Amino acid sequence: MDIQDIIKPENQVFCKTKLMTDTTLSYCPGCGHGTAHNLTMEVIDEMGIVEDTIGVAPVGCSVLAYDFMNIDITQAAHGRAPAVATAIARTWPDKYVFTYQGDGDLAAIGTAETIHTCNRGENIVIIFVNNGIYGMTGGQMAPTTLEGMMSSTSPYGRDIKTMGSPIKMTELIANLPGVYYATRQSVHTHKHARKAKKAIQKAFENTRLKKGLSFVEIVSNCNSGWKMTPIEANKWMEEHMFSYFPLGDIKVDGILK
Amino acid sequence: MAKVKGAIVVDTEACKGCEVCIPVCGEDVIGMTAEVNRKGYHYAYMKNPEACTGCTNCGIVCPDRAISVYRVKVSD
Amino acid sequence: MSELKLMKGNEALAEAAIRAGADAYFGYPITPQSEVIEYLMTEQPEKRTGMVVLQAESEIAAINMVYGAASTGKKVMTSSSSPGISLKLEGISYLAGAELPAVIVNVVRGGPGLGTIQPSQADYFQSVKGGGHGDYKLYVLAPASVQEMSDFVEDAFDIAFKYRAPVLILSDGLIGQMMEKVNLKDQKPRLTDQELIEKNGSWATTGRKNRERNIITSLDLESEKMEARVHRLMKKYEQMEKEDLRYEKILCDDAEYLIVAYGSSARISQKAVELARKKGIKAGLLRPITLFPYPKQPLLELANQVKGILSVELNAGQMIEDVQLSVQFKVPVEHFGRTGGIIHTPEEVLEALEQKIIK
Repeated sequence: MDIQDIIKPENQVFCKTKLMTDTTLSYCPGCGHGTAHNLTMEVIDEMGIVEDTIGVAPVGCSVLAYDFMNIDITQAAHGRAPAVATAIARTWPDKYVFTYQGDGDLAAIGTAETIHTCNRGENIVIIFVNNGIYGMTGGQMAPTTLEGMMSSTSPYGRDIKTMGSPIKMTELIANLPGVYYATRQSVHTHKHARKAKKAIQKAFENTRLKKGLSFVEIVSNCNSGWKMTPIEANKWMEEHMFSYFPLGDIKVDGILK
Repeated sequence: MAKVKGAIVVDTEACKGCEVCIPVCGEDVIGMTAEVNRKGYHYAYMKNPEACTGCTNCGIVCPDRAISVYRVKVSD
Repeated sequence: MSELKLMKGNEALAEAAIRAGADAYFGYPITPQSEVIEYLMTEQPEKRTGMVVLQAESEIAAINMVYGAASTGKKVMTSSSSPGISLKLEGISYLAGAELPAVIVNVVRGGPGLGTIQPSQADYFQSVKGGGHGDYKLYVLAPASVQEMSDFVEDAFDIAFKYRAPVLILSDGLIGQMMEKVNLKDQKPRLTDQELIEKNGSWATTGRKNRERNIITSLDLESEKMEARVHRLMKKYEQMEKEDLRYEKILCDDAEYLIVAYGSSARISQKAVELARKKGIKAGLLRPITLFPYPKQPLLELANQVKGILSVELNAGQMIEDVQLSVQFKVPVEHFGRTGGIIHTPEEVLEALEQKIIK
């Protein structure tokens, strides 16, 4: 069979969702942000809820999420996205409101907003992309940087004694009664990406059923910050990040696993 | 039993040469070109087009959605 | 005996803090000044002098760490850029109200809001007219070179401890990022605990030993006490104006037209003055080095001499108000400046001088 016969429009089984714009992603080659963006937009597209969806973009590498996601988005100050989302969700109770945040945004400067929004059980989805580093500002240490991991502000490796341990945010907030769903996923292989997409869909379903807060952590690589190739970074992530940040559901339907 | 034949179309200017698609292909279809695109990236291409089954693994893992996947049933 | 090096402004600032005998630095990454904390973490000053360096969880946490160390008499610094300085303003107001010595550095980027990462001078109002709440002012130093980024650190600490007041070094992304030769000062030793207690023990919370307790607070629920506190602060600022004003005059003696500019805008304006002189225009430059205290008297005197003044700032017009106040409307004053992170060129400045002032 000739390839031209195969690549006819009626035979297409996968392509970029129309809820992503044509703008080239500003993320580094191989960065998990790109996949996470696309999976989220695919879910919104497939659920048919774009008209009722409002996203909140953070400060960090994904500050420009609004250039890529073809939905209504409000950009928030560093760490404050959960507060911004709270107000949107409270004043528009029938909308699907989600934040999309990095580890500096959610677990450093925004810790208070994260905890209190989770505690209040706001009817929103928090998507938390954790790559253990501050990408946008040039690779500084993050609250989720692993012990011994090098960054521009832990150039000799993260030292627990002076810099504390990496924080497991998802486990922390899962203990709050207001959190209905807390899960940790990744997007670096097809299997993981498909599971992550299901998790994101479950999160937005929870919003539809007004169940409370859904928290989806996506452990990702940062090949630029970690100074590796994308493939090496994914391998390093599997070997080091997953043992500290284990994948899987932490809380489902309001019950801790 | 009907078999399937697949093919991918790579947006060569969107591809950033990250190679994350290569290990998820169960049939070793994908390779990286020797040429570079306008941005200087080597891009993905089907080095083994006959083996493609259109499983969409590469499509779903590509951060830039540079890969579109096609699949057609072929009766023996 | 100093050390000559080629350095980035941000790095020179960081190295100067170590050499000034700073006890601690607390900060948070933000472009265009993340190099300050990166340099400090790499240099490991705790091994050189015992200086503490900590990356805080946010700018608000960092300024409160500064407040904490300063309340015990320690020499402490933080740095950030525009949006991060906005976060720090409550803490800065506390430092002023509680009369604590500290150095804050703002490497200004374009604003308002998240703005842009390129340089601007759009934080003049924030720096000089308060920014934080309440009746207070900051002593503000505006470096215009990598050398001044280095030199002003020790100057800032000296002023901070002379007056028991917070001091702001108002830099910008251009000065922070550019590389120039810098003569680094010799290492000044950090105070030992004993020396610190001798020097600051009358007010600092170091542990009540052989004295009445010390309290650090900015709260005064009795209005008379609060008014007295405010008067105390105002006296400091009057003394700063009398004793610690700094400015530079370039080609002003025979000037018919004056440019007023600070920081990187002054560097560019100096070139514009040279270009003007080549065209036979008698232009001069007044460069405020301190923005508070402001060179009001020198400007007033120059107003008697020149036909017009151009305030050249990388913003939509902020320092021009202080220029107008200073010259008491004796001569026309106009503003010129690019915004959004765009840097005006000497040619643009000269054109503005010709079109707006000389006409």
